[in-house]
Amino acid sequence: MKASNSYIGRPMDRVEDLRMVRGRGTYVADVNRPDQLYGVILRSSVAHGKIRSIDFTRALELPGVKLVLTAADLGATVPRIPVRLQPLPELEPFRQPMLADRKVRYVGEPIAVVIAESAAIAEDALEHIDLDIERLPAITNREQVEAAASVLFEDHGSNTAITWKALLGDADAAFKTADYVRRERFQIQRHTAMFMEPRGFVAEWDAEAAKLTVWGAAKLAWHNRRVLAAALGLDEDAVNLVEVDVGGGFGSRGEFYPEDYLIPAAAKIMQRPVKWTEDRREHMMSSNHAREIECNVEIAVSRDGRFLGLRGQIWADIGAYLRTNGSMGPRNVAQFMSGPYCFGNVDLKCSMLTTNKTPSGSYRGPGRFETDFIRERLIDIVARELKIDRLELRRRNLVADSQMPYRLPFITPSDSSNELDSGDYHAVFERCLKEFGWEERSKLRGKLVDGYYHGLGIGSFIEGGAAGPKEDARLVLETDGSLSVYLGSSAIGQGLETIMAQIAADATELPFEKITVNHGSTSHVKDGYGSYHSRSTVMGGSSILLAGEKLKELIRETAAKRFNCGPAEILIDGEQVSYAGNHLSLSKLSAVPLEVEASFYNTKHTWAYGTQAAHVAVDPGTGEVKVVDYLSVEDVGRMINPLTLHGQAIGAIVQGLGGALLEHLVYDTEGQLLTGSFADYLLPTASDFPNIRSITLELKPCPNNPLGAKGAGEGGVIPVGGVIGNAVADALFHLNVQPLELPLSPPRIWELIEEAHQQQLGSS
Amino acid sequence: MQVQFELNGEAVITDVEPRTTLADCIRDGLRKTGTHVGCEHGVCGACTVLINGDAVRACLVLAVQVQGDKVVTIEGLSGDELSPLQVAFRKHHALQCGFCTPGFITTAHALLTNEPNVNEERVRDVLSGNLCRCTGYIPIVEAVLDARIHYARGEE
Repeated sequence: MKASNSYIGRPMDRVEDLRMVRGRGTYVADVNRPDQLYGVILRSSVAHGKIRSIDFTRALELPGVKLVLTAADLGATVPRIPVRLQPLPELEPFRQPMLADRKVRYVGEPIAVVIAESAAIAEDALEHIDLDIERLPAITNREQVEAAASVLFEDHGSNTAITWKALLGDADAAFKTADYVRRERFQIQRHTAMFMEPRGFVAEWDAEAAKLTVWGAAKLAWHNRRVLAAALGLDEDAVNLVEVDVGGGFGSRGEFYPEDYLIPAAAKIMQRPVKWTEDRREHMMSSNHAREIECNVEIAVSRDGRFLGLRGQIWADIGAYLRTNGSMGPRNVAQFMSGPYCFGNVDLKCSMLTTNKTPSGSYRGPGRFETDFIRERLIDIVARELKIDRLELRRRNLVADSQMPYRLPFITPSDSSNELDSGDYHAVFERCLKEFGWEERSKLRGKLVDGYYHGLGIGSFIEGGAAGPKEDARLVLETDGSLSVYLGSSAIGQGLETIMAQIAADATELPFEKITVNHGSTSHVKDGYGSYHSRSTVMGGSSILLAGEKLKELIRETAAKRFNCGPAEILIDGEQVSYAGNHLSLSKLSAVPLEVEASFYNTKHTWAYGTQAAHVAVDPGTGEVKVVDYLSVEDVGRMINPLTLHGQAIGAIVQGLGGALLEHLVYDTEGQLLTGSFADYLLPTASDFPNIRSITLELKPCPNNPLGAKGAGEGGVIPVGGVIGNAVADALFHLNVQPLELPLSPPRIWELIEEAHQQQLGSS
Repeated sequence: MQVQFELNGEAVITDVEPRTTLADCIRDGLRKTGTHVGCEHGVCGACTVLINGDAVRACLVLAVQVQGDKVVTIEGLSGDELSPLQVAFRKHHALQCGFCTPGFITTAHALLTNEPNVNEERVRDVLSGNLCRCTGYIPIVEAVLDARIHYARGEE
């Protein structure tokens, strides 16, 4: 008998690439249905106002215009988008209506849908809709929230939605007795996922069969089917969401947006297929924004550098509505601020503020990118003031292997707790220093070389993954001996087809090449959960492992009948079964496909973890930050495909560098988005960050799933803001420049340097 | 308006509105969907096609402007076997979601055709006109550098 397969752990070339490099992928904008119409959304150009009237008579007169849909057409009560994560009753007033309902609350809010024979005609028709909106004062920042010149939700009466609290131990007592307490104010800018493929849908209603098909699903097809079916008054079985190739997600794509309902609703009314694709400007004002917080946080430390407590108040600007996962970033900022360190006592509050800006949601490492900037910067400030080496300060406080599982703060009002599963945080920290050449590079710290000040930064992080409750897999051994895998996980560009085929090959002992992975469409498995919270590999992969065992049992039972023996006497040997020297090919085993289903249940999160280090050079004349070298070391428990994992780590770091240095969604005080194009919203480009390295380790397999894997798609992005902030502070150590706000754009660095010069002049 | 040009080696005659972009003409009219539209304002480069050998953003060109020209899209650079650039992209894991990939490959093909001995700095400089949100660009640059030898030998 040949040895079992060992595809897991190998850098298999991706199967997806074969179509994608040839332009043969099918993204949603590539889907066309016979006789289709086109939808275009009329969006508010006013940030806050009461809709007095919408007159679309002239638009309907335009040849080719078929329908204009407004809130008035959506029934007596305009359906609202349910909150998916943390659906607390107190959050209900802030849910977004599918179309603006008497009020508009942000620039970009959908007011009407125009359906026409072509997208161009529908866009023309927008110009012929007369809107009368009574403007109200726009709320665009915390000062305006507190001044309460107007409220977004009159029934609620306040622009503060709810406040999350993260609690551990007795923070007030710890602060009372601490040797040293340091408080700082931090601010992280609004920025977002900005995946490359614009969102879109093609919806088709089959009146005869009373079935709706929607192409363009991503991330959460089953959940979104439930929401869509309920909003349209259909049975779930009457709705099929189809996932085609998806051009990036990063937490933002695939959540239920107004268009998820509007396009299918229009198709049902028109009894013709309807296609909609957003343009980039629409994307920037309609897809979830993320990360905008400010806070006052203080840290308590003993004289010998032991962290004793964290407390403070955070304000998260969630924009105009609470979207499906709008709570995750704000909640996570509070829950994970302690990160991989022992604090013992935590008392952090995070208030969610509603403002007249695009609603926010999760973006890769939600809350964690923000909170790591705050924590790692605070640690460096403490090290400077207590004159303790910043590496040593971290060594004294990283959670030790012996403390695992390690309890994280309790979070309310969701009343949930969590614990770190496993890890040798110290080993990874030291490995990062060694691989980075920290000691050697330290000689350059603070030095001015060719007009640039050099500095080093470091930060450690934890990455949660593998959210439950379950994932489903269905395996079908086809009559030709090939294997079809049907999976609840979704592909958002992460190489799911390849990774799952690797796992399926090991689970079934069939050749990798004989396996096809089908994913993300609601017709594939009865129930599915999808891809978020770095969960696909662990959850989807584990369900395949379980299904693989079942399939092997079924193969043995089927073969046993053919050979007239007991199932235990059957050997599965690659593509054949054998008994007592007789062989039978799997392609001749059964006249009908052999099919099994399995679910993997999980209530415990996985915790990948790591340390990152940066070497930067700062031009004091322009404020430019050059990233000379950047290294990430992360322990993911077990790697499935080093090629794809490494790729995601590097990609995530560069996204983090974008957030740390470039990206900013800027609003004016009227609530107008000033950065509505790629000329204004700066993404990293090929020439910005050429020196990024990533090392992945398999030190501590996860104890809570059969793969031993930990979710690992987001980690790279998490500590980048903190690491870069620390490196810049180190480069400008002589000036005591302390970056407390992101992004660290050239003008901001230049201002910090100028302020430091002024202070030095003043004090001398 | 009627416009006549060569698309991937085949003569094409099609009717378009004067305002139709080349990207929309190719994708919607001629149903070659390998050319992707990511921003419609000429920054992301996903829609890059070759017009008479030059890398051009199809969202910034009107279909009527290519009258008589030779237009090549990603489909025209693809056969049963992967091209050297396509092999290199796969080998270096230079794509994740794959949406920006056709634009990178057309851009890199034009670059390597004209400058087969290009250095890394020049590759980065030219590719900085295309946006990718997944890879961080490092593997894309590696892939393009790796494919150079085939262009230098004339094997592309």
